[in-house]
Amino acid sequence: MTATGLATENLCKSFGALPVASDINFQLAPGARHALIGPNGAGKTSFVNLVTGVLRPSSGRILLDGEDITRLSQAARVKRGLVRTFQISALFRRLPLIENVTLAIAEREGTADGLVRPAGAHRALIDEAYALLQTLGLATDALKPVNELAYGRQRLADIAVSLGLKPKVLLLDEPAAGVPSGETGAIIDMIEGLPSDIAFLIIEHDMDLVFRLAHRITVLVQGRVLTEGSPQEIAADAEVRQVYLGERAVR
Amino acid sequence: MALASDIPVAAGLDAFARRHRLHAYETLPWILAIAGYFVFPDYLALGAQILGTILFALSLDLVLGYAGIITLGHAAFFGTGAYTAGILAANGWGEPLSGLLAAGLAAGAVGLISGAIILRTTGLTLLMQTLMVAAMLSELANKATRITGGADGLQGMDVWPILGLFRFDLFGRTAYIYCAVVLLIGLIIVRAIVHSPFGRSLIGIRENMLRMHAVGAPVARRKLIAYTISAALAGVSGALIAQTAQFVGLGVLGLERSGTVLIMLIIGGIGQLYGAFIGVTLYMIAQDRFAEIDPVYWYFWIGLFMIIVVLFARGGVLGLAERARRYWRKAS
Repeated sequence: MTATGLATENLCKSFGALPVASDINFQLAPGARHALIGPNGAGKTSFVNLVTGVLRPSSGRILLDGEDITRLSQAARVKRGLVRTFQISALFRRLPLIENVTLAIAEREGTADGLVRPAGAHRALIDEAYALLQTLGLATDALKPVNELAYGRQRLADIAVSLGLKPKVLLLDEPAAGVPSGETGAIIDMIEGLPSDIAFLIIEHDMDLVFRLAHRITVLVQGRVLTEGSPQEIAADAEVRQVYLGERAVR
Repeated sequence: MALASDIPVAAGLDAFARRHRLHAYETLPWILAIAGYFVFPDYLALGAQILGTILFALSLDLVLGYAGIITLGHAAFFGTGAYTAGILAANGWGEPLSGLLAAGLAAGAVGLISGAIILRTTGLTLLMQTLMVAAMLSELANKATRITGGADGLQGMDVWPILGLFRFDLFGRTAYIYCAVVLLIGLIIVRAIVHSPFGRSLIGIRENMLRMHAVGAPVARRKLIAYTISAALAGVSGALIAQTAQFVGLGVLGLERSGTVLIMLIIGGIGQLYGAFIGVTLYMIAQDRFAEIDPVYWYFWIGLFMIIVVLFARGGVLGLAERARRYWRKAS
């Protein structure tokens, strides 16, 4: 077992009689480009919620860089570099994009508890947020409230907020959800351009996107890991095709 | 490398970073307050009530308008402050400034303790719990007749001159200036908070609590701190009203007071700092006028006004003003 990166050991979670995660053993090495796929209800988002601390596992462990983080709060995990994005854009809707990112940076820098100095006086944080938006091609929208942005731009903004936290591990929960297929290009470009020291796990239904971005794929079915492999191996796997595409596609 | 399109954005960034600076319009309430003192010498007692109530509405705005904590029980803190100052003054300690301080501390403590329990919930559940906290305190004040005077109210308050110099007079002159100064201090505090990184994070919690968790914010702690500060300020406003009226009745803890201050804030505009000033002033002057013109049905007119605001002016008077400003900008 590697000591660095994200790992889960025998991770289990049930809601009453309904298991959403059973014995998930999963590894995400530093800098990994990994996808988690599976049919609806396979437990993909529950897995993200378990790893990020929204849900408490029934049993099993979650490790980040060898440290057991199973009992840590969401905030403590974020401080250690474990960051997520949301399936449905979760932004501060009436605030300008620059402030969306600045809020995240202020939390990372630990200035957000300050009561006396005005937020605007922390100019370095605002400049950092702006520089980040520039590298992501979002600078022109910096001053617009995010609810005035097109949905595709909001999806990019969602990732921008998470990048403001300087994550080591980024969990991308369906980054292209709700975006017309013609507009997913910008999202793919942004994810492809992520610094190589950020490991990401992408959960996605859009197979085009998965096969373009991921170097490894894990298939989750009914809370269990069905198989894991390279994109070629997964594409060729008969069992995956059966559960994922239906029996007819196999014949 | 600066692109041509970056230049207006850079200017906008500067403006964004300077949002906390004082605007010219922010002197307006104080010009009006000073003018009011000279123009309406017969209404200074009402004026003092308005100024004290603005502080109460301002404290509510901090939790409701900024942190998005929904409450129908803010009178719990107002009343705690009013009774603290009142009981002190009725039992031989009428020094007003330490009375305010004690009221703020007592109300803040009630806010901290009740908040630690009820702020785990949100929405309707939270609304019910804030109501219950106020109801419990109200019942406590009702039963503790020997200390509070119960349903008859607290009698025999003797408030000493402010700083030993300024005696509370029959015309409300001292009361008016006293309330104005305390409100100014309260505004400076709330204004600093809402422009601080802490205040911006409260707005983040209001806009999207889920995401604030996901960016690593200690959401529960932030909400509790905001709630405690707000409770303390509400307590100070309750003490102000008690000291200037020299009487405390059970109504200070009542649902009507919690509801009314909420209505005032909605009329003025939530989450905009000066909504409290506009809403309270409009409401209390309207109440005073309507009560004179139509003593029986004045609440009907307030209700009608409220419906109009909710239907046509969401964001209150300040929301309307903002829309008018944008319209005017587009037209010119």
